[in-house]
Amino acid sequence: MGSALINLAYLAAATLFILGIKGLTHPRTAVRGNQLGAIGMLIAVVTALVDQQVVNYVWIIAGLVIGSGIGALMATRVQMTDMPQMVALLNGFGGIASTLVAGAALLDALQIDVTLVTIQFAIATAASGLIGTVTFWGSMVAFGKLQGIIKDVRLSGAQIINAILLVIALALSVWLVVDPTATWIYWAIVLVSTLLGLSLVFPIGGADMPVVISLLNSYSGIAASAAGFVLNNNALIITGSLVGASGIILTSIMCRAMNRSLTNVLFGIWVAGEEAQSSDEVYGGRVKAANAEELAMLMETARRVVIVPGYGMAVSQAQHAVRDLVNLLEERGAEVEFAIHPVAGRMPGHMNVLLAEADIPYDKMKEMDEINPSFEQTDVVIVIGANDVVNPVARTNPSSPIAGMPILNVDKARSIIVIKRSLSPGFAGIPNPLFAADNTLMLFADAKKGALDIMNALKAV
Amino acid sequence: MEMLVVSLTVFVLALFVGVEIITKVPPNLHTPLMSGSNAISGITLVGAILSAGSLGPQVATILGFLAVIFATINVVGGFMVTNRMLGMFRRKD
Repeated sequence: MGSALINLAYLAAATLFILGIKGLTHPRTAVRGNQLGAIGMLIAVVTALVDQQVVNYVWIIAGLVIGSGIGALMATRVQMTDMPQMVALLNGFGGIASTLVAGAALLDALQIDVTLVTIQFAIATAASGLIGTVTFWGSMVAFGKLQGIIKDVRLSGAQIINAILLVIALALSVWLVVDPTATWIYWAIVLVSTLLGLSLVFPIGGADMPVVISLLNSYSGIAASAAGFVLNNNALIITGSLVGASGIILTSIMCRAMNRSLTNVLFGIWVAGEEAQSSDEVYGGRVKAANAEELAMLMETARRVVIVPGYGMAVSQAQHAVRDLVNLLEERGAEVEFAIHPVAGRMPGHMNVLLAEADIPYDKMKEMDEINPSFEQTDVVIVIGANDVVNPVARTNPSSPIAGMPILNVDKARSIIVIKRSLSPGFAGIPNPLFAADNTLMLFADAKKGALDIMNALKAV
Repeated sequence: MEMLVVSLTVFVLALFVGVEIITKVPPNLHTPLMSGSNAISGITLVGAILSAGSLGPQVATILGFLAVIFATINVVGGFMVTNRMLGMFRRKD
């Protein structure tokens, strides 16, 4: 196949990727969009296979078989609650693939002719090595944190270490451009980037993972793009660029939803509140605990109920129990909707996927801006395993660490039920006055058990 | 150098296309968007295949082979899990 034809095939693949992502703009067209993307990938792979540069198929086929097996296994086994971990792993694998590709391309080119290693080639190789490796190790740490293997640590001085590592990596990159025959420099870049990837994500807290995963998603795209500059391959450049853009947009949405700057998230910085109120001051004797029967009585007459899910719902796999409760409420004539904060859960859209898994129609899942005006007309709000995203302090106290963070205004509802295991603070580490409000009742229980108990009590009423 | 400018042009234009489309993806579908865009970032597979199958030094072939494995996990895992998730989204009936 001539090179013009090959490039046309890559163009077709890139076009299908763009159409594929376009399909994701609506749930109705999304499945088809994803399939278009897969077809594009198939075209790209077949095109690479018939490239005249490819003479030996043994390694390729072995790699494709092993990779497909592992990928298929992961995709069919993973639980929806563990989707953030899955995406973190996949991001990482994409990143390391770019690192390996750039390294191999450098060795290949050097063996044929040193002049093949142009300045563009060398810069792009260094960039792939750096970004790909940071993506891989950063994703591994993110995976470890999401999985609960790695605990949150507050590293002081991480910024300085990161800055030093980045400078070293960049200096090595310049060196590689000057002397591309010294391939050890490439591996030195990979080594330094390994340390950089680790130290970048280590200090970032578990609840900031939505930002980190989005950012690593973006990096994996940029790494692929850099590999495209190495190979002069437009399919890689276009696709990597698309994914890079996607990750950056999600990152900024997540940051805005937490009212935190990207720098603060990346360096694990919390703007310290002037005098954070102690939990005794906020809760002292005002928190009302209720049992499931009392809550069922409250819900019996409710016309409109809004459910606010948070990470706690994912942890206890409560989505199916919640669905059953919703069905029961609807049978009794109530209108039920879900209010989903952009950073609820551990990745963008995490709650929506869990609810979809439990067969809750997507038109019941409302975004923050859409549902906020309706809380005043809501009889009962049920907060399940969420905390900071419903803390009214964000609105009322300008010196609070979460001041200015857009929240779900559940405190405007007539009654609020909070299902939570204890009064322990959320990620921001501050007490939540909502729990002590006059119209709030606490059900101290695991999310799943709480939902089931209320449902059974409601059936008995 | 001319090649670089052409490549950069493509990169920047694609970036704008990406921003244009992706801002229209509703928050409902942000997780599938991530896993789906993740799958297509496995396009590095193309480069991996070229390295693993070419007549380069042995080390490059092995690096290419490993890259094929990682990129394929990325591609296959990404598309399949996205498909699985999207299949769950349904309307009120």
